[in-house]
Amino acid sequence: MGMQSDIKLIDENGLRIDGRKPDELRPIKIEVGVLNRADGSAYIEWGGNKILAAVYGPREAFPKHTQNPSRAIVNARYNMAAFSVDERKRPGPDRRAVEISKVISEALEASIFVEQFPRTSIDVYIEVLQADAGTRIAGLTAASVALADAGIPMKDLVVGCAAGKVDGKIVLDLNKEEDNYGEADLPLAIIPRTQEIVLMQMDGNMTREEVREAIEMAKKAALFISNLQKEALRAKYEKGEIQKTEENSNEGVNKGE
Amino acid sequence: MSKGSDEIVYGLKRDYLEKISSKGTRIDGRSAIEYRPIVITPNYVIRAEGSADVKLGKTRVLVGVKMEPGEPFPDTPNQGVLTTNAELIPMASPTFEAGPPNEDSIELARVVDRSIRESKMIDLEKLVITPGEKVWIVYVDIHVLDYDGNLIDASQFGAVAALLNTTVPGSRYGMEDFPLPINHVPVITTFAKIGKQLFVDPSLEEEEVSSARLSIATDENGNIVAMQKGLSGSFTQEEVYSAIDKSIEIGKDIRKRLFGR
Repeated sequence: MGMQSDIKLIDENGLRIDGRKPDELRPIKIEVGVLNRADGSAYIEWGGNKILAAVYGPREAFPKHTQNPSRAIVNARYNMAAFSVDERKRPGPDRRAVEISKVISEALEASIFVEQFPRTSIDVYIEVLQADAGTRIAGLTAASVALADAGIPMKDLVVGCAAGKVDGKIVLDLNKEEDNYGEADLPLAIIPRTQEIVLMQMDGNMTREEVREAIEMAKKAALFISNLQKEALRAKYEKGEIQKTEENSNEGVNKGE
Repeated sequence: MSKGSDEIVYGLKRDYLEKISSKGTRIDGRSAIEYRPIVITPNYVIRAEGSADVKLGKTRVLVGVKMEPGEPFPDTPNQGVLTTNAELIPMASPTFEAGPPNEDSIELARVVDRSIRESKMIDLEKLVITPGEKVWIVYVDIHVLDYDGNLIDASQFGAVAALLNTTVPGSRYGMEDFPLPINHVPVITTFAKIGKQLFVDPSLEEEEVSSARLSIATDENGNIVAMQKGLSGSFTQEEVYSAIDKSIEIGKDIRKRLFGR
């Protein structure tokens, strides 16, 4: 936030540098079950972001002292590939990644029925392969789909979006330039079914009214993205059903011959 | 105590606190928007460029500021550098362990850092020695001495108090001393959610049974400069709006009371 620049981020027609309207999302594509070994996985392309999420578990929590006798622990690990950003990122978790991992873990845990899996851990790995602003929310959105793919019981799919302030205007889903040179960024994630807010951060400078406008805008977008998550899951599992039926009928045909 | 009896005591305590909090009552008799007594001793450590000892109820945090010349970041060649670090030392609580920073101390440091950075509290552009080559690095170190809840607010008040009495140690490097240039005074207010109620400045007992946490930093214009939601519980939109409104009011009061601004 707040780096000085001469770039005009919103033109005279009210359009943003990538041509979007203030409340317009970048294109989002979600795929389910993209990895073989993981218990659940998902891939998301969100603007220029390319992010993989994998879920392992529930499995015995290790080391043992981390086990909770009444519920599962949720461990999300947000990691950026060294080549995912313009300037090579030194591999391994930095302080930013540790904080993001923490808030993502907490947001996912808010939706998971953790009390059903005492002494276990549910491990969520989020790998940012290509970054283009908004990676924590895109990663969280994919992670939640991966949890569903792993068959983990949840209140609902956690989903989010960011809104912020650019050239004095509240805009949705900031891109890299807007994130760098804008005035505020507010990532938000919700549980759509209950409308609870499970992740919220903010940096920059906004009035009370602007914060309200940003939260409202991000929430509305999150509800829309929630449908994309469900469609992605249906695309895998409905297709799976059709294939199975086809296989069965083929078997029948073969036997008949 | 065995883990089993711990669980039972925890359960009983949570039930009790949730019961009284549903009526808006707190275990120590405070109102929902009332802080514990805050005592700040500035210039506690004379070796530091600036420092403050903060007592927030029974929580105690010492914040020290050290400065030295160093290289600017490549993307901000004409600005000083702010670095914030927090240590949860084992002395402060039986639950703290020695060792490298963990996610709790990292989050604490980053939330305090964000309030200072995003409010533009320090005029970093006045901390340039040779443009593009040499600037002042401001190290804010948060030392938690006694943990009885709400480390975020205690640490943030301490960091602000310490920065407000920081002198840039120019004479040590053949230049002149000058007071650290300050533009704004951010104040953080942290809320804990117990049951369905929000309370500011949670004590340790209250933190232990709270489901979610929300910290909001405001500046003297009543603008929001940073927010952080924590823990695995959730907030409704109305709760967030109400917390923001309260944080603006409380921030105003604390800024005046503690920092005279």
